[in-house]
Amino acid sequence: MTAIQSRRPPAHSRRPSGQSAARNRIWDAGPLTKVVLAFALVLSAFPIYYMFIMATRTNEEAIDVPPPLLPGGHLGENISRLLSTEDAYFMTGLVNSAIVSVTVTLSVVLISTLAGFAFAKLRFRGGKILLGLILVTMMVPLQQMGVVPLYELMVTLGWTGQLKAVILPFLVNGFGVFMMTQYATQAVPDELVEAARVDGASTMRIYANVILPALRPGMAVLALLVFMQTWNEFMWPLIVLNPDNPVVQTSIAALNQAHGTDYVMLFTGTAASVLPLFIVFIAFGRQIVGGLMEGAVKA
Amino acid sequence: MTLHVDSPAAPPQPGPRRSAAARGPQRGGGWARFDLRATPYFLVSPYFLLFAIFGIFPLGYTLWVSLHDWELAGDKSFVGIENYIELITDEAFWNAVINTLGMFVMSTIPQLVLALVLANALNKRIRGRLFFRLGVLLPLITSVVAVAVVFTQLYGRDYGMINWFLGLFGTDAINWQNEKWSAWIAISTMIDWRWTGYNAIILLAAMQTIPKDLYEAASIDGATARRQFWQITIPMLRPTLIFIVFISTIGGLTLFTEPVMFDGNPTMSGGATGQYQTVAMFIVKEAFRDFDFGYASAAAWMLFALILVGTLINYSFTRRIGGSK
Repeated sequence: MTAIQSRRPPAHSRRPSGQSAARNRIWDAGPLTKVVLAFALVLSAFPIYYMFIMATRTNEEAIDVPPPLLPGGHLGENISRLLSTEDAYFMTGLVNSAIVSVTVTLSVVLISTLAGFAFAKLRFRGGKILLGLILVTMMVPLQQMGVVPLYELMVTLGWTGQLKAVILPFLVNGFGVFMMTQYATQAVPDELVEAARVDGASTMRIYANVILPALRPGMAVLALLVFMQTWNEFMWPLIVLNPDNPVVQTSIAALNQAHGTDYVMLFTGTAASVLPLFIVFIAFGRQIVGGLMEGAVKA
Repeated sequence: MTLHVDSPAAPPQPGPRRSAAARGPQRGGGWARFDLRATPYFLVSPYFLLFAIFGIFPLGYTLWVSLHDWELAGDKSFVGIENYIELITDEAFWNAVINTLGMFVMSTIPQLVLALVLANALNKRIRGRLFFRLGVLLPLITSVVAVAVVFTQLYGRDYGMINWFLGLFGTDAINWQNEKWSAWIAISTMIDWRWTGYNAIILLAAMQTIPKDLYEAASIDGATARRQFWQITIPMLRPTLIFIVFISTIGGLTLFTEPVMFDGNPTMSGGATGQYQTVAMFIVKEAFRDFDFGYASAAAWMLFALILVGTLINYSFTRRIGGSK
């Protein structure tokens, strides 16, 4: 290691000069790389593709050997069967999931930017300790650990079966605070905050006029991640909500339980449940990849 | 707006603006000082308020409940550590622990290897890089319930595509839910399918920060590609690998959705003989099927202990990866 490091050339050799271009050729994708990537892409896409194909088929076709791999013409029929399956409450689930996910996302982003601003840019007694506390508690599986008292709390408040019960516990998101603290540290120069203070701006005014505009790209990525996570929630809604007022994931579980052999209807519901996420992903894919890579732990 | 870009270590610059900033805004008098002192606490208070109610309270209360024979509407009598003693001798609990650990190992190790291979491939120069990166992230976007539904069907005994494919090589139809090993494989592949691409992207981000000069120098010294991988790439990726193992430990030990959906009915039993019942399923079963809240709470604290131990073991193990060779 040490020998290698001491030989390291002083400057980056990005110039397309003859020698360095030749040396850089080891970074070109060889045939093996292309095979690996193509294989990964097929493996990643196939189950999703299969899900959408099944949503357009009939149950007779679904169990054909070999299985069908091209779309059929029964999507509309499957959708109307899904919506008329009363014990799944699928539309209710879809709408509930949208309400819960949007509310949680907006709240978590707001709470996280407020706290992230304070931790990154304001000096206050105990700030470091409080931030450390958040990091430690990110490791605690609050959901699994807290199910019993949370459930009792909801019973006491009379909130079981209501959407409040699946919104409030998810507003605690240490990851969001951590991410916004990191982002604010990097994106907002201390001098900018100081200058605003000298101009007589209050802390809240600095938050609104200096911090929020600078955090906007990071907030977008956080919002997408939180939305996905909330849309995905399964265990707590399964416990605290009633079957007639589900979120989309528990609605699919009900569908799976009562109509598990009606593959195409189940797959139609499943496809409908992931469609909103895919639309968001297609619209903001570049930002999501960029945000994930920026936020990654590096050497 | 002109800004002074000083390094924090630099001595304070002369001039009215700068010194005013260094001393803090005194012009506004009492209100400004109050704002400076108190507003930070106000800004972090929403998080900590919610955290107290939905984070700290449940943790402490779970501990309290676990020391009782506790039913939701009925008896609540203090029994000390009796629930824990019963748990330690409960075969069903240990079965759930073994299942959880087994599926964790079975999913995490292949996942790490595949993610490294994939990240290495994504790090090469190729046309349409963004397309490939988005492609491998597709599974992450798919919700866990959806993944479980699709894979459970693919693993179906009679009409599943995987049995059909294995049948081409003369294998008899496997009832994947039936045996421990087959159920573990099926559930592990669901986890790996969803998370490998994400881990590859995280590793890719870290790989891109490794100076390429290191590799060039190593090539000149005659180091083979494999040697470069083990002696440059892996050591430089160590913080990222620790992070991934960390996240996988928490996710793996709280595994719930995949096995519940694989089962098809929400009895939380994880198969006829609990072949794939996880600890999280055990907790939910004890609390919300058998209504033994005290016992479930004790199991929850045991799960927490398991995660702590698992994290420590993995940390000390990962820290040694590609250490000081």
